[in-house]
Amino acid sequence: MVRDDYEVVIGLEVHCELSTKTKIFCSCSTEFGGEPNTHCCPVCMAMPGTLPVLNEKVVEYAVKAGLATNCSIEKNSKNDRKNYFYPDSPKAYQISQFDKPLCYDGHVTIETENGEKEIRIERIHIEEDAGKLNHDEYGRGSFVDLNRAGVPLIEVVSKPDMRSSAEVEAYMRKLKSIFEYIEISDCKMEQGSLRADVNVSVRKKGAKEFGTRTEMKNMNSFRSIVRAIDYEAQRQIEEIENGNEIMQETLRWDDISGRTFSMRDKEDAQDYRYFPEPDLVAIKLSDEYIENIRKSLPELPESRKKRYIENYGLTEKAANFAVSSKYYSNLFEEATKICNNPKTVGNMIMSDIARILNEREEEPDSLKFTGKELGELVSLIDKGTISSAIAKKVLEELFNEVKMPSKIIEEKGWVQISDEGAIKEVVMKILENNAQSVADYKAGKDKALGFLVGQAMKETKGKANPQLLNKLFLEELKK
Amino acid sequence: MAISKEEIIHIAKLADLNLSEAEIEKYTKDMQEIIEFANTINNVNTEGMGETIGTNEKVNVLRKDEVVEFGNRDGLLQNAPSQDEGMFRIPKVLN
Repeated sequence: MVRDDYEVVIGLEVHCELSTKTKIFCSCSTEFGGEPNTHCCPVCMAMPGTLPVLNEKVVEYAVKAGLATNCSIEKNSKNDRKNYFYPDSPKAYQISQFDKPLCYDGHVTIETENGEKEIRIERIHIEEDAGKLNHDEYGRGSFVDLNRAGVPLIEVVSKPDMRSSAEVEAYMRKLKSIFEYIEISDCKMEQGSLRADVNVSVRKKGAKEFGTRTEMKNMNSFRSIVRAIDYEAQRQIEEIENGNEIMQETLRWDDISGRTFSMRDKEDAQDYRYFPEPDLVAIKLSDEYIENIRKSLPELPESRKKRYIENYGLTEKAANFAVSSKYYSNLFEEATKICNNPKTVGNMIMSDIARILNEREEEPDSLKFTGKELGELVSLIDKGTISSAIAKKVLEELFNEVKMPSKIIEEKGWVQISDEGAIKEVVMKILENNAQSVADYKAGKDKALGFLVGQAMKETKGKANPQLLNKLFLEELKK
Repeated sequence: MAISKEEIIHIAKLADLNLSEAEIEKYTKDMQEIIEFANTINNVNTEGMGETIGTNEKVNVLRKDEVVEFGNRDGLLQNAPSQDEGMFRIPKVLN
């Protein structure tokens, strides 16, 4: 996609809304949705005379995020004021962190086509989200809803360590998965709980200096991020090849036309005039506080993966997949406990469940059924009650309605036929109707057997026990 | 260090202020004095002193994560020059 003699350099600022019950500096609810301006109070509406008070959970969650991404924790932290005018920010400043972020110098490991790669994290800081502007199509103005103003965010700033859109996607998915495991955010991208500012530049391979970068703000789907990076890298290369210079600017990605557009807002270089937030006091963290949080962290994907390979005999690929999301991982563990067949469970998650989610354009967090249903399903295959072909159909049903698989197969009449007499009848019928295939098989074409078995499966709507079917066909064909 | 008129105009722009010629003159002079004062502080010998974070001696003033509903949207909106459907109405903002 990108020319061989160029290299793309990408750095990300990932914003993640924390799943605290209340806002960062006041006791208003953070719940998504809600009538406009009903999760608001004088503090988050910036009424004169109000003062912010920091939510202790925000500090705890940010430290959790830092520890889970191998960061050092700043024991002497503070908040700073970032000044800018925009109607979604009622105070005309955002309380953020400047030179003393809570977490710094971390990294996460991603899987790339060339093996594992470390992406360094420069810092993670806490800050408040802005409100939402609604525009009406009649041009009567814009409408400000401040329900989201003051919802706590962490901003995770990476080093410019990524070299392709695929690495960016892997990095974002990794952060999302870690934050889901440690339960600090619901990470719902479609609701804006997880979004990224993407910085892209290109340079000739081997060049030491970075090229001039452009920034695309508030990207909230993996697909858009990948497309936008590929487009923007290509655009920059063409500009350079045509002898033009890249301007440092903020761009807007348009998903419909598949292009980036200049926002032309860089007449003044950004100057936020940061200064220490005078309305808040310092945040001092003790070693004991940090260690207690470290101890409270759940088992993270790296360790789970190791356990799945060593104790459950999963392949590296299946283990990677099973831990790629907390939802898969929990499903895997719960189902395995019930059916004691980790390999089949792992494969079902990786191939069938992932495929169905993909077809439905859904993410693992939308799975409605649990390990209880999946575990029983695998047990039913192992007991020979259903074939794996039927199991796939049961899975599809589980996406539509959560019921125990035994109940589904009973209702649908999908129980496997393991009665030798009944199957033999089918076998005889198929042999009679497919004389050519029988002749082919006898002439040494083994493939013909597969065709005959397939026909028998079709005849029984996939319910025939496949081992039995094979055995009976072979017996008859040998005669 | 001297501050220029252009810098004052730039700062005023960042602060969304429209200054008259006379005000620019006045603030250039005022700002010069402020900077000189800051320079005095910058030159204080602080060797051997720890880093100061904030000027308040209190630290970790934190709140429990418990919802308290304010419950008076009308009150919050009552001084808005214009409102519609529970929201502040403002001149159209282009993205």
